[in-house]
Amino acid sequence: MRTAIVLLVLLALTAVPGSLLPQRGVASDPAAVANFYRQHPDLSPWLDRLSLFNVYSAPWFAAVYVLLLVSMTGCVVPRCAQLWRDFRAAPPPAPRRLSRETGHRRGDAAATTDPLNAAAAYLRARRFRVTSTGHEVRAEKGRSRELGNLAFHLSLLVLLFGVAGGKLFGYEGRVALVEGTTFANVASSYDALTPAPWADVNGLEPLEVTLDDFEAEFETEGARFGEPRSFEAAVSYEGDEENGTFTVRPNRPLDINGTKFFLTGHGYAPELTVRDGNGDVAASGPTIFLPVDQAFTSDGVVKVPDARPAPLALQGLFLPTAVEGPDGMGVSAFPDQVNPIVQLMAFTGDLGLDDGTTQSVYELDFTDLEQVRDGEGKPWRVRLAPGETVRLPDGLGSVTFDGLSRFANFQVARDPGKEVSLVAAILLMLGLTASLAVPRRRIWVRRNDDGTVEVAARSLSRRPVPPGELHALASAIGLSPADGRQHKEEE
Amino acid sequence: MTSFDAAALSDAFVTSALAVFSLALVVLAPAAALSRTRTRTAPLSVPVPALEGPRDAPALRSAPTHGSTRLAGAGQAGVVLGTILVCLAVVARGVAAGRAPWGNMYEFGLTGSAAVAVAFLIYSRRRPVGGLAPWTVALVLVLLGVSVTSLYTPVDDLVPVLNSRWLVVHVAAAIAAGALFTVGALATVAQLVRQRRGGNDQEDHFGALAHTVHLVAFPIWTFAVIAGAVWAENAWGRYWGWDPKETWAFITWVFYAAHLHALSTVGWRRRAGLLAIAGFLAFLFNFFGVNLWIPGLHSYAGV
Repeated sequence: MRTAIVLLVLLALTAVPGSLLPQRGVASDPAAVANFYRQHPDLSPWLDRLSLFNVYSAPWFAAVYVLLLVSMTGCVVPRCAQLWRDFRAAPPPAPRRLSRETGHRRGDAAATTDPLNAAAAYLRARRFRVTSTGHEVRAEKGRSRELGNLAFHLSLLVLLFGVAGGKLFGYEGRVALVEGTTFANVASSYDALTPAPWADVNGLEPLEVTLDDFEAEFETEGARFGEPRSFEAAVSYEGDEENGTFTVRPNRPLDINGTKFFLTGHGYAPELTVRDGNGDVAASGPTIFLPVDQAFTSDGVVKVPDARPAPLALQGLFLPTAVEGPDGMGVSAFPDQVNPIVQLMAFTGDLGLDDGTTQSVYELDFTDLEQVRDGEGKPWRVRLAPGETVRLPDGLGSVTFDGLSRFANFQVARDPGKEVSLVAAILLMLGLTASLAVPRRRIWVRRNDDGTVEVAARSLSRRPVPPGELHALASAIGLSPADGRQHKEEE
Repeated sequence: MTSFDAAALSDAFVTSALAVFSLALVVLAPAAALSRTRTRTAPLSVPVPALEGPRDAPALRSAPTHGSTRLAGAGQAGVVLGTILVCLAVVARGVAAGRAPWGNMYEFGLTGSAAVAVAFLIYSRRRPVGGLAPWTVALVLVLLGVSVTSLYTPVDDLVPVLNSRWLVVHVAAAIAAGALFTVGALATVAQLVRQRRGGNDQEDHFGALAHTVHLVAFPIWTFAVIAGAVWAENAWGRYWGWDPKETWAFITWVFYAAHLHALSTVGWRRRAGLLAIAGFLAFLFNFFGVNLWIPGLHSYAGV
């Protein structure tokens, strides 16, 4: 037990640094570790060597909980055997001096013809295990306490299996879907996919999900102005066995055979059509702009490598509710689309798409790009409202802001161990409650040679014998105090 | 009643509760001091917490002075009245918001204050642990005061991710367990202080109170964590992600588990008490520290 306590304290203490330092794979901010590295360039490599950026998969953290589970198993298995023997054994005989036990009382039971039989019947009716001999009744109750204790400890092992199931066979992925587009559930369709070591990434649930419509509502008044109030993503899905439509909301994921789609974010995808110098459409359709603040000011780029006479790239800022900022710059005042505006700058040159290195679709590689300038040599900038078209300088082409779509971010997760974990959690809860709430106790009723009857109880746990239990028994068998030696019952 | 009225009413109840608790404290503190110098225990026959701490002082078994008894009775009445007022404040807040009144940090603090007061009244009944009353009242005052001055937010709707039945279950369990942990921590500190002064182990009323309260609190806390995991699975796609809030809930749980194990270890009574206090500090840090200083998925403080 001492070992267990020391290990528990160690477990608590080793969990602390993971909550104070940024952790890899802890969802709230994926860039947190990188940012910390930039701020503490000298310290970070050392922290990293000690696994302090992934505490919960660190060997030293694993060592503590594995030792704890080993120590626990070492305690629990012998107790299982002991419990099994206890369960088969009859309640033990009464101690010689019953008067030392809890709630002892002695008296005459003249009113009842056979007080021992009456006591045995009374206790059996209350689900005590009862053994009767000629002169005493031995009863015991509350073994569910021990059973609960074992169930609780064993459930922790079951939980380990459940967690391992997810950590070894599950996967998590992220995908952003623009309204009207369809996602096929194969590994290559994901924006990011983190499969567990033994997850079958080639055998993902055959499924297609289309985002039909996305609606967002925001607070329009008061101190929480602009705070989100509701998100709804209407999707239609087509699986092997079933298809249909569903509205995904926060707290309401789409669940297809255990593959779940959670709505985790959203944003705008302005529909921009780029015509090149020849008047041909070189790019069109919605482009995802990533939100950078609470008012959904969003950043995005459009890459048009096939434009003639020269490849084009647009860098844009989208403002769903554009207002004049303090310094004359446009800013967004509200997350919903009240006065949508796209501000664009243009670049020409080599986009760097053909040199083999992978490039983010949300960023430009400026190495070989040159900014497009207006007639006065200043950087060309333009603000477009929906429906507006603008010509680029130097016959490079034109850009049209056709309209606006929204996109939704989905977190896709499959965890084949989670049912096991849930069962473990329920077992844990039931076992814990029983092991703390149930008092295990023995009750003895003895008839002495002088005709008096004694009753007493003993608690086998830290829980006291339920108050009144002996009193009720004494009344049931008609015990009346004979010599006034009535001990006070323990509370 | 319009919701605006209910919100204002709730604030008025909070103000009155603060005033009543303050008066109760002013009365209870000298009552406790008087009874300390005068007497040893003799549990008062008042049905509600006997406002009389067990004292290890001289064995003169005189009854408490008339004055201290009357003071204690008045203080006691103040505690009950303050508790009723703060409970009414919680109800009014719930009516005003049209939902369970624990959707942000202020509401958690408000409902938590009410829960601590109620838990103390329930568990100190028929126990000679009245010496805890002024400390409990002081703690409730601090919590309520901090909630009003630093955490206050007007009634408002919830952000979509909080809009779930699990908010009711998960947070309610956390509040209930937290209130019991608070009472347990107060009783444990009293027990430790008493042991240090060489108190008689036969009459460890504070220890008994702490034990009872912790036995109830621990399963409720376990349930709060499990309910949180089920909700997290439904909201974020994973039931456990070592988010700071989850981590500190885990740390709290582990400390209290260690406390329960230490209780049944011979010669570890004192250490058991210290472990319970460590658990309570972890719980406190989870409420204040994690909400205000550490970014995470549970950043709903609204302050």
